[in-house]
Amino acid sequence: MEVLVILVPLALGLGLAGLLGFLWSLKSGQYDDLDGAAWRAIADDEP
Amino acid sequence: MQAVRDFSHYVRAAGSGLSHIDLAVEGVHCAGCMSKIERGLSAIPDVTLARVNLTNRRVALEWREGALDPVRFIDQLAELGYKAYPFETESAEAAEAEQSRFLLRCLGVAAFATMNVMMLSVPIWSGNVSDMIPEQRDFFHWLSALIALPAAAYTGQPFFKSAYQALRTRNVNMDVPISLGVMLALGMSLVETIHHAEHAYFDAAIMLLTFLLVGRYLDQNMRRRTRAVAGNLAALKAETATKFVGHGEIAEVPIAAIRPGDIVLLRPGERCAVDGTVIEGRSEIDQSLITGETVHVSAARDTAVYAGSINISGTLRIRVSAASEGTLLADISRLLDNALQARSRYVRLADRASRLYAPLVHATALLTMIGWVLLGASWHDAIVTAIAVLIITCPCALGLAIPTVQTVAAGAMFRAGVLLNSGDAIERLAEVDRIIFDKTGTLTLPELDVVNSAAIPPDVFELAGRLALASHHPVAAAVARASNARTPLPGVVEEPGQGVLAFVDGEEVRLGRPAFCGADQLANEILIGDPEVSAVAFSRGNARYVFAVRQRLRDDARAMMAGLEMRGIAVEIVSGDREPAVRAAAQSLGICEWRAGVTPADKIARIEELKQQGFKVMMVGDGLNDAPALAAAHVSMSLISAAHLSQATADLVFLGKPLAPVVAGIDFSRKALGLMRQNLWLAVGYNFLAVPIAIAGFVTPLIAALAMSGSSLLVMLNALRARLVAQRRP
Repeated sequence: MEVLVILVPLALGLGLAGLLGFLWSLKSGQYDDLDGAAWRAIADDEP
Repeated sequence: MQAVRDFSHYVRAAGSGLSHIDLAVEGVHCAGCMSKIERGLSAIPDVTLARVNLTNRRVALEWREGALDPVRFIDQLAELGYKAYPFETESAEAAEAEQSRFLLRCLGVAAFATMNVMMLSVPIWSGNVSDMIPEQRDFFHWLSALIALPAAAYTGQPFFKSAYQALRTRNVNMDVPISLGVMLALGMSLVETIHHAEHAYFDAAIMLLTFLLVGRYLDQNMRRRTRAVAGNLAALKAETATKFVGHGEIAEVPIAAIRPGDIVLLRPGERCAVDGTVIEGRSEIDQSLITGETVHVSAARDTAVYAGSINISGTLRIRVSAASEGTLLADISRLLDNALQARSRYVRLADRASRLYAPLVHATALLTMIGWVLLGASWHDAIVTAIAVLIITCPCALGLAIPTVQTVAAGAMFRAGVLLNSGDAIERLAEVDRIIFDKTGTLTLPELDVVNSAAIPPDVFELAGRLALASHHPVAAAVARASNARTPLPGVVEEPGQGVLAFVDGEEVRLGRPAFCGADQLANEILIGDPEVSAVAFSRGNARYVFAVRQRLRDDARAMMAGLEMRGIAVEIVSGDREPAVRAAAQSLGICEWRAGVTPADKIARIEELKQQGFKVMMVGDGLNDAPALAAAHVSMSLISAAHLSQATADLVFLGKPLAPVVAGIDFSRKALGLMRQNLWLAVGYNFLAVPIAIAGFVTPLIAALAMSGSSLLVMLNALRARLVAQRRP
């Protein structure tokens, strides 16, 4: 069961990384235009 | 006199030598529009940012300070085929956007906490039936507490605040049992963890918050979307005023930049956008938007003019007394305040449900505890069981039951052309059994129309239309519109208050008052036949023609009446207009109940009278004079072309020329109300299935988690049915 010493912090760390990623994306305005983002993904690249 | 357009009011400094402006753009629908606009605008030198927001249909632009005039962007967009206008974020909209971000942040944190607590809970559940050692369980419980407690303290804020506010005013809303349930569950779990107990409910508490935040966020997003669309439409109306800057120089500035004390120029055919008094000039003004009265009033020095009136014949100079947001008749705003207070007495379905639900649940928990103590259980066990009852009945699904239906129904109504201004409007709209329509601008089209076009030869009509293009007069504008003329005649001279004249192939052509064209007799014949029309005469050489111009009913007004009748809704017209005009409209629509020459106060009186008789009244209107009546009615609808104020007070706003959205709105909201009730029963029923288990003391955290997520999924899936409404053809 010693493996828990590694696994639990690892799991929490990954979760926290995900949360920080989400907060960053929220702060940089990525949720301001959900309709537009859906289209931009398939738009042609700028020449 | 072509004034300069000045948009400097809207330009903000974006720092590091850049200027920023937001434009509302009409007609952006797809990715194609998006890249077309972005490429078109980026092609202008010195533009550093051009980004379209497809959700709220706006463009953000940044450029090197001083290098460009914002007018350039508007013209460029016009070339690309889009109508655009600078946009200023209202404080209300900015606050909503901030609130929406806060909810999303809460949701993110709550979801993170739920996932991690679940990761720790699942081993405990499975460990409890296998071989987990107590120390390990305690360790996992402490870890859960470490995650859940701070997360709940942060993400529970929207609920705790709202519950506190309700309790302070001695009320109960849905947030009271939610907050109580969450706090008790967390508190009990902490105590149990300290005592090395087997069960802790950290997962249930934080999962509850996550589900509820989904509901809150959806609800908030729906309102934000409506507000953005309404804001764009207000901006695209592009209300400007011609202001005097310096000696005799004029500039066209947005209304937002006008201050009291400024002097503005009001030319014939222009709509006044400010309140003020005339200091120079003589004219007739149309105040139908304010009073509903279609007869023109004469204006001279010292006459007060109000925002919304249209100048008909002469040019006026006006000293502004109130501009932009202050432009209201004091009387109307006073009536409005009273009416809005009455409106706030309406209790939402969710709050009514929680008023029944909360005492019932709390009483059950209390009885459970007393029962167990009487049966000889220890106080500790009795309290734990009682709290389990509270957790299992916590209105998780109840919190989702209504917002999810509202969101789906609002989306469907949005596509049908109806925008919601307030969340509970759906509930109130569904109950309507009586509709009061305003006539001018609601049942009739806001613009005038030529009614005898068949009697005029096409070539004459076209020539008159080309001549009419030179005039600002609303009646002339109607002739120009009806003739589809595009190219104005050259060398047109305007005789103020009389008409316009020009020469075509050496022959004089005139358009204007019948006397101006020598067509009095012809005009009188038409006026005797129909006293409601305005006659405008046209002469070419010796030939004389008279156009009959009047307001026309909307094309689908009759179809809408039939549709409403089929749904068992009675209709009446209450208008500020003169009797013959109202009678004619009522007769052609087959409406027996109508009132003419009604003042704003009388409109409210009529609504109150109907309310006394037990009717649920909807008011549909557009004029400024309707605003108090819109606020007084049980629910109100307003046209998007309506004055700002009436949009702000109306619960629903609909777009476009047809009246069909009125019927569609009723259909969708009736369906939605049915689903909301169904959802409430589903949620309550599901939770109450688990109550006997909780009272018996057999509830484990696993059962609580299953009950909660199961019932939440059920109501969410049921809510999706709100978009399916059978389109009954009237």
